[in-house]
Amino acid sequence: MARALINAPAKAKRGEVIEIKTMISHTMETGFRPDNTGRPIPRDIITELVCKYNGEEIFRAELFPAIAANPFLTFFTVATEGGTLSFEWTGDNGFSASESVNISVE
Amino acid sequence: MTRADGMSQRTRRRFLVETAALAGAAGLGLDSDPAGATPASMQAAIRNVTGEAKLNKGRVKIDVPALIENGNAVPLTVSCESPMTQEDHVKVIYVFTEKNPQPNVIGVHLGPRAGRASVSTRIRLADTQKIVAVAQVSDGSFWSDEVEVIVTLAACLEGA
Repeated sequence: MARALINAPAKAKRGEVIEIKTMISHTMETGFRPDNTGRPIPRDIITELVCKYNGEEIFRAELFPAIAANPFLTFFTVATEGGTLSFEWTGDNGFSASESVNISVE
Repeated sequence: MTRADGMSQRTRRRFLVETAALAGAAGLGLDSDPAGATPASMQAAIRNVTGEAKLNKGRVKIDVPALIENGNAVPLTVSCESPMTQEDHVKVIYVFTEKNPQPNVIGVHLGPRAGRASVSTRIRLADTQKIVAVAQVSDGSFWSDEVEVIVTLAACLEGA
């Protein structure tokens, strides 16, 4: 299980725009590099991150090999109501990881 | 004795010439690498997203250092001017590069709930090149921005 980090405020005012930072440990092997015998190392990347706010999708990113190792993404959302922000990463070779954080809105 | 010396001189010269030729061939091989994106393949990737629609300049802003020491992890922020309301919001933001092995970098899908059309990540850059960001607004129009960046140490395409 890959280690994922989420940085989002635990508390927010209703209607406030909050910043969400995500990072996950992954080599993001491009598939363009040869190994020491000259054969190309097969591609192994995370291809998608989906963020849901109380089950509704608010952000989706398609990733390509040009994303650096340990993909880091920062984006924004409006704090509408208290609940859960859930994150799901999927990738090559059946890679899948998820993480969630709680947010309280007043 | 002298004859042997002459021989070794000749072989050394031949050796040098041959290695130079080999190096040249290897260099050419790299230049014609079919995996490398070209400005044309970047244009094709952009067309793939925009279709026949007109690509307007403006509204989008790419924030990236102009001089990059290490192409393996380059901080990149793409933001777009938009009120982010139900009627007028940014739907998608795409980033493309001219000389990476593949033109696509990232595609981001947003909605009115984003509040602010801005996304940051870290990317790989294989060469000194142009970066293009394209955003689609909810009325269907496309907006773009481009920047030239100088990369001193390219992201590794060679073995680790």
